[in-house]
Amino acid sequence: MSPRDIAIHDLTMKEAARAASGKRVDLLLIADMVAPGSRVLDVGSGDGELLELLATTRGCDARGIELSREGVNAGVARGLAIIQGDADLDLADYPDGAFDYVILSQTIQATRRPKWVLEQMLRVGRRAIVSFPNFGFWRLRLDLLVNGRMPSSDNLPYSWHDTPNIHFCTIRDFVDLVGEVDAKIERATALNASGHPVRVNLPWAVWNLLGEQAVFLLSRKD
Amino acid sequence: MAEGDTTTLERPFYEAARGEADHPHSLVARFGADAPLPLDAGGMLSPFQIAYQTYGTLNAARSNAILLCHALSGDQHAANVHPVTGKPGWWETLVGPGKPIDTDRFFVIASNVLGGCLGTTGPSSTNPATGRPYGLDLPVVTIRDMVRAQSMLVDHLGIQRLLAVVGGSMGGMQVLQWAASYPERVFAAMPIATAARHSAQNIAFHEVGRQAVMADPDWRAGRYLVEGTSPRRGLAVARMAAHITYMSDSSLHRKFGRRLQDRDGHTFSFDADFQVESYLRHQGEAFVDRFDANSYLYVTRAMDYFDLAADYGGVLAHAFKGSRTRFCLVSFTSDWLFTTADSRAVVHALNAAGAQVSFAEIDSDKGHDAFLLEEPEFSAITRGFIDAAARAVGVA
Repeated sequence: MSPRDIAIHDLTMKEAARAASGKRVDLLLIADMVAPGSRVLDVGSGDGELLELLATTRGCDARGIELSREGVNAGVARGLAIIQGDADLDLADYPDGAFDYVILSQTIQATRRPKWVLEQMLRVGRRAIVSFPNFGFWRLRLDLLVNGRMPSSDNLPYSWHDTPNIHFCTIRDFVDLVGEVDAKIERATALNASGHPVRVNLPWAVWNLLGEQAVFLLSRKD
Repeated sequence: MAEGDTTTLERPFYEAARGEADHPHSLVARFGADAPLPLDAGGMLSPFQIAYQTYGTLNAARSNAILLCHALSGDQHAANVHPVTGKPGWWETLVGPGKPIDTDRFFVIASNVLGGCLGTTGPSSTNPATGRPYGLDLPVVTIRDMVRAQSMLVDHLGIQRLLAVVGGSMGGMQVLQWAASYPERVFAAMPIATAARHSAQNIAFHEVGRQAVMADPDWRAGRYLVEGTSPRRGLAVARMAAHITYMSDSSLHRKFGRRLQDRDGHTFSFDADFQVESYLRHQGEAFVDRFDANSYLYVTRAMDYFDLAADYGGVLAHAFKGSRTRFCLVSFTSDWLFTTADSRAVVHALNAAGAQVSFAEIDSDKGHDAFLLEEPEFSAITRGFIDAAARAVGVA
């Protein structure tokens, strides 16, 4: 996995789901989950779009970690505090409870140790916000069923052997992982293919079919 | 260079040998008995002077000042032709009109460090108590002493808060010390290719250099200026050894490989057959024309003693506790003298202190010297960081 791969992936997601404001829908959803004025760490901050959104619209003290040098440069040039680093390694360097929120947006599937990363997020932050592409989305299931090949889509354009996304999961898989790290789900939203939230009063199984991506707000149980 | 060369000079023969020490070709701030400099070694240094250059214009709000801190062999001539060598300033890649540190917008200050030899008080300056060069009678100085002196210069210039303090290598140590000692006076800090403490390996390299100087019979226990000699060979060897540490294996290979110097085959002698040997000899020779051997001892010693955490109970994060300074650290992939791990240790401490910090590792094969060379990504991040700081304090 190279830094550039993640940056490219990020751009693809960005173009795939933009609201009328020109912002990524999942970023707007995430920003909406963050209390104004809080301290936020965005892991895999890309070019700093979410950090800027949080700083300007929510008055947050927002920091980033980003693998790609291009992303770091772009963010620093925007006056943001971004550290070049790797989520799989560098989260260990942050003290306990340093942030109110630690955010991982469209990146968990590219980490080597998703469980460790999630545990670290909940150690470093009081809350964690995770957004990810749902591999249980009906279109991907149909693709595998009909074509008998690893699914790809506009959002997930890579071939199986050349992709930064090494740890795909479905919404139900992620819910299991949340249980394993003993965290509490405070809020969850699934977005359908047109970027609209799936109705909340439906069971996980339905979300898992209709959601193209999901956003979870988690907290420590203690 | 040969022994006895200077014996025919009239006393005080050291006047010519000291070059820029007392009367440099730059601005000078003189601090008299009313403004002594307390030293970490104990006691006060008084009187003393700081040689400096400025570029650009201080704005009415006095909010656009950027202080540059130079490395071991640097000086105040960051962005003008050097008065001794005739070469361009050492940071003209980064500093000048329209450049990342834009002298059309910012008031840029560069001063020679305490212990240096380009006009700030150092071992080749005149000791007012004796009328002769200090030599080893000057107390050993530290990075913190250098920064304390710089803060007096910034006071002297009527500047309360610096928009940014920027420097690489030993200059980066000064930047870290500035941020720790005077956090309210530093809006933005950019420590480049540096460390919060000098490593054992780096102390070892410095010791080799100092031993080379002190092993030269012309060093005369540091009294060479008074005795009319000059430890040129020792200082040249020190510089040659140090220069290797500033480059990477691959940059040496790219520049010289095993190519021979103006000859078709090996001479089966100890002449400079290889281009790399010839290059290093030239580096050594050129250095002794502009640098004082005792200054080399003092300034390397200051770096060796630098261990910022030690002043804060061994916890580096405590040096930056409550700091509102915004930091941007930069390291270079092929720099094995001040590594990315050294920069990351500082980033780690700044995170632990809750400080606002950015960090980028620049891909370069040019070794430690990369921060002095043309590196587009480094330039871009410097421009971005400085511009963002300027925006934040309302500097046009």
